[in-house]
Amino acid sequence: MIVTKRIVLHFPRRLVERPIIYRLVKDYDLEFNILKASITPEQEGLLVLELKGNQDEYDKGVRFLVKAGVKIQSLSQDVTRNEERCTHCGACVTVCPTTAFSLDPKTRLVLFDNEKCIACGLCIPACPPHAMEVHF
Amino acid sequence: MAKTIAEINEKIKAGKAVVFTAEEIIDIARKKGVSRAAREVDVVTTGTFGIMCSSGAYFNIGHTRPRLKLGGGRAYLNDVPAYTGLAAVDLFLGANALPDDDPRNRIHPGEFNYGGGHVIEELVAGKDVRLVATAYGTDCYPRKRLETWLNIKDLNEAVLFNVRNAYQNYNVAVNMSDKTIYTYMGMLKPELGNANYSSAGQLSPLFNDPYYKTIGIGTRIFLGGGTGYVAWQGTQHNPDVPRTEKGIPREGAGTLAVIGDLKQMKPQWLVGTSVQGYGCSLTVGVGVPIPILSEEILEYTAVTDADILAPVIDYSDAFPQLKPDKLGEVSYAELKSGKIRVRGKDVPTASRSSYPKAVEIAAILKDWIKSGEFLLTESVTPLPGVASGVTIKPLNERPIED
Repeated sequence: MIVTKRIVLHFPRRLVERPIIYRLVKDYDLEFNILKASITPEQEGLLVLELKGNQDEYDKGVRFLVKAGVKIQSLSQDVTRNEERCTHCGACVTVCPTTAFSLDPKTRLVLFDNEKCIACGLCIPACPPHAMEVHF
Repeated sequence: MAKTIAEINEKIKAGKAVVFTAEEIIDIARKKGVSRAAREVDVVTTGTFGIMCSSGAYFNIGHTRPRLKLGGGRAYLNDVPAYTGLAAVDLFLGANALPDDDPRNRIHPGEFNYGGGHVIEELVAGKDVRLVATAYGTDCYPRKRLETWLNIKDLNEAVLFNVRNAYQNYNVAVNMSDKTIYTYMGMLKPELGNANYSSAGQLSPLFNDPYYKTIGIGTRIFLGGGTGYVAWQGTQHNPDVPRTEKGIPREGAGTLAVIGDLKQMKPQWLVGTSVQGYGCSLTVGVGVPIPILSEEILEYTAVTDADILAPVIDYSDAFPQLKPDKLGEVSYAELKSGKIRVRGKDVPTASRSSYPKAVEIAAILKDWIKSGEFLLTESVTPLPGVASGVTIKPLNERPIED
């Protein structure tokens, strides 16, 4: 079975210079799409990936990453909405490149589907009450 | 069948007033017909919850011992400058005010994380706010420095005073240029990439009383979660604009200046707001009750999104250059469908004003009236109407020669 998953990888300092992603392609035949990559001043690496491949190979690939010392989080936990601050204005709807925000046609409440979110961060400064939060 | 406000208030006091929101009244008027609905319904409640820039608040903080005169000095609330040109311990804080060290748009687009609107929200939420003030000292007001925490409950007065809110209609903003722009109407993508609008449409107060037949100076309203009043017509009030057959302005027209005791308001209805690349502001909840005094007034309140047209304006050129050009007109029904057609292109839409919160405000106001705790007021005098001559003019700029 083919699966597509979006995950956030945290690389400790010692792994930043190793070609980890190359191994995912070479050894586990996973397709990858880099959604975001950065190295912080503490030289920790952050990589947001979309991985596509056979479920078994995907699981093996993830085990390889964990064994190598990479910390893995599912992307949907990283961008959250502060429900107390959200006013449901809808300003985010056209800002999001992956249509993670939509309007409930009846109530016109703004729905946030974090499975669609790629953590690009565009909604963070665009939200007037600053209700969107990113936790990497 | 003509009713008076006094008669309606008697019914409210007796707990017998028939009240609907401006959304509910649409179906009622359709089913029962205008004249029966007008006979049966006493009040229609409206609501809007949007970014309203010309908002602010004034405070009297109480005298210090020894005395200090803020007037002519400087004062900051959580580093946001407040206006001190009033008297010894009166301050005015505007929603758009920014800390002196805010980077603004130095790195474009600026984030504008904290400003006057946020200070107002924090005060209303009961949080302590830091006042730092300097004064020049006089014989009667000798003190020159003050640093203290302030809490809204200790202030003599804390009054929300917004000089322009509840705009009757608003532009739909688009961008015809080839680069992204950041406006007070939000981020606009190049080449008609998106269209942003800002009105509650059929629920918005002044769309339900387009000729200001009931809303006037002294009208009691829902303001920021508490009660307030219409103080005056808002700045830029411009009633004499093109209107539809039903009298609905086809562009920005009337506005309200509103006032109310900040101490009884709630932070969820006065939200400090950041507009990327533009500045700070305040999102304000306003709800106005419309007394159904006649069939004509009921007919106005039955207005629907399909009846209301808004102009589409290019914010890369026409707006900043103050040109009158319109790219077209669209209805709020079209805007709420998620896309509009501009110059042959489907353009996705987004609202800047919260419709669900407008619904909630109209419902809260309805509950207040039904429970007898909110009585209607007779306006002292109507807002300037179409024939008043009140209008908005551009600045007559007269360069000063040396």
